[in-house]
Order: sequence, then C-alpha cells, then structure tokens
Amino acid sequence: MHQLQQSVDATPSEEPAKRLGRAIVVTSGKGGVGKTTTTANLGTALAARGARVVLVDADVGLRNLDIVLGLESRVKYHVLDVLEEKVSIDDALVADKRVETLSLLAAAQTREKDEVDTEKMRALIQMLRERFDYVLIDCPAGIEQGFQNAVVGAEEAIVVCTPEVSAVRDVDRVVGLLGNRFKPQLIINRLRPQLVKKGKMLSVEDVNGILHLPLLGVIADEPEIIVTTNKGEPLALRRDGATASAYHAIAARVAGEDVPAPTVEVKETSFLDKLGAFFGGRKS
Amino acid sequence: MIEWVKKMFGQTPSSSTAKERLRLVLMTDHLALAPEIIESMKRDLVDVISRYVEVDREKVEVNFEREDKALAMLANIPITAVARPNKPEEEPKAKAEPAPAAEPEPVAEAVAAEPQAKATTSTMSGPPPTRRRRKKKAGGSKPAPAH
Repeated sequence: MHQLQQSVDATPSEEPAKRLGRAIVVTSGKGGVGKTTTTANLGTALAARGARVVLVDADVGLRNLDIVLGLESRVKYHVLDVLEEKVSIDDALVADKRVETLSLLAAAQTREKDEVDTEKMRALIQMLRERFDYVLIDCPAGIEQGFQNAVVGAEEAIVVCTPEVSAVRDVDRVVGLLGNRFKPQLIINRLRPQLVKKGKMLSVEDVNGILHLPLLGVIADEPEIIVTTNKGEPLALRRDGATASAYHAIAARVAGEDVPAPTVEVKETSFLDKLGAFFGGRKS
Repeated sequence: MIEWVKKMFGQTPSSSTAKERLRLVLMTDHLALAPEIIESMKRDLVDVISRYVEVDREKVEVNFEREDKALAMLANIPITAVARPNKPEEEPKAKAEPAPAAEPEPVAEAVAAEPQAKATTSTMSGPPPTRRRRKKKAGGSKPAPAH
C-alpha cells in the first residue's frame, strides 16, 4: 500500500516491479526512553493499517521486543541464527496472531553485540525489505557496535526522546552521527503535560527548539502504557483512547498521510474528576 | 505571605534552567566534535591579527569556556612584534607568510615589549557577551614565550 516503488520499472509486466519496503531504525542514544515500547506500538499501528510490518530487535544480548509485544513464548530462533544461516528467515519470523500483517524477528539473548556481522545484517534488512512494507529496527542504547549494526540496513530513522536534559543531549549526538542520510524524525515520549504547565518539565517546543527535527508526534506518560506493556498487549492494538490514537496518528504520518502530529493536552481536572478517579480508577 | 507569593512567581521554572543548560552544553559538544572547524577558525583569526601585529603562530591557543550564561571563546595569541606606528602607509604584509614570528624585525626594537600581550575574544550567542577578565588564566597556565 505504502511501499516505495524502487524505481520506475522499465521491464514490462511479466516480472512484477520489485517493491522495496522502508527500513526505519528506531533509536535514541540513551536507554530507557521507550524505544522498544515505541517500536512495538508503532509497528502494531502500521500493521493495523494493513501494511506488512516486521519488527527487528537489534538489541542483541538484551532481547526485549518479544516480551513487550507479548510474543516471548513463541520465539524459537533469532537474528543471529538467521545471520549465521542456521535457519531460514521464515523459521525465525514470529507472526503476531492479533494483527495479521505483523511479524517479529527477535534478538539473540545469549550472544553479544559484536558477534553480529555488520554486512550480513545489511543484507538481512535488504531481504526483509523485499518481503515487507516496513522493517522497523529496534536499536540498542548507546552508539557502539550495536548501534552501527542496527542502522546499517536502515534508510530512515525515528528518534525517541523524553523531555529530559540527558535524553535530549543524547538524541542530539545520535542525530549528528546519523547525518542527513537517515532523515531523522522525532517522537517525544513520556511527556507529562501537568509538569510542563507548571514549568517543571521541558515542553515540546523546548525540546524541539534544540533538536530542530520534523516532529512525528508526542506521547504522554500514561499509566495505560505501563499496564499494556505488563500484559504484553501493545496499546496500539486498541483504537480508542488518546494515547492509542496518538500511536495511530504517528503511524499515519509515517505512512505519508497528512494528519496533524499528535499533541498532548493538559486535562483540566476538576474536583469531580479527582473524586471519580479516586473511586473508580483503581481497576487496571 | 506576600514574600511567598513573590517567590512562587519570581523563581525561574526548572524547565527554563534545563533548557539553558542544554543549549550551552550542546554548543560545547558540537565544538568538541568539530576540531577541524576550530582549527580553521584559529587560522583565520591569526591571519587577521597578523595583518596588524606579528604573532607567534606556534603558540596560539584557542579555548572555549563556560561563562555564567554564555560560551566564551578565549584566544591566547602571543604578540611578538608591533610595527612602528608612524610608518608610511603600506599594505599590511605578512599575510601570506606562514610563520612570521620567527625573526622579529630588528627595527621593531623594544616595541615587542610586553612579552605576553594577549588578544581575547569573546563570542558565541546567548545573553550579552561577557567580557573576560583575563586575570586568572593569563599568567598561570601558559609559559611566557621566550624572547
């Protein structure tokens, strides 16, 4: 649907035009800003649009994307098995049963990042691009070998940043390392609008006044993200609710739709709301 | 009570502090990551200055320091000779020579005077560029060039 046409096809119809999917690395430099959760939700939201999506966990040694997606019990093989040609890609891909077009390629858990052959990784991503519309690569924290291996096959980058000085500085560094080739776009994660309003947290404008990146959207720091991650059910499996909608809007923007970047509103909490939250908000 | 209210409103919100700190640290980061820019700036700087005075190119130092709210560029440029002020107008020379400092013109006698005349420049964006009080760093860290 939203594949990139590799080139204007010169050869006539017998061989169908080869479409290559988009390889996008999700990165941040700093750890703990929500890369994996963002990758899981963005991938889910893109797949919910009907696109064929594969999520690649490039965090070799610290596999996590599987558990965030709730697919941990179904992982049999991992990226390194494929790179070392022990199994085929098909054997290693885990299909998500909730969203038909979503697959996962898990990271190796008991191996190390420098065991990855960078050139083979590039070739693997290229192969995946032939089969999927989107290849989302969950990058490990840091800017060492693991980062290099994660970005090597990518063409685009999404950087995840929280409104914290440390995260902003690291994103700035990573964007410098990526250069212009990856056209990095920004997702601001874990924003707490109440704190921003009180001047106790960097605002979206503060962050992007420094980073100057195209903004894909803002995700609020909401308990439901933690709860859905606990359960292994990405929030973007849902359609309702502000945060789920934000992920879907970001997916639409990634797909090239001209929808506004999701923002985060400060909810005016009245006394009654608080009372309601006190009595009713303890379910999840 | 009024004091309390004043305090509440007068205080800089911590987000502004965060923003300001980030701005400065990123300037420093970017400079640190671009040594070749600093080198070429240093070269240009010395070229300009040596149109007017002779400087010891080998001993030029350019550093960046955090001032209170700005980033300051501190250039330490030892001057080895100054031409006589009333010389007839002539195109300032020395522009092309790479190291004019080697032999101070004999004519320039003692004008080469204060062995450590220094040019200090302070730039970079931010609130009013702070002028540097040269004191603390001047004598200390750098051995006076032998004349």
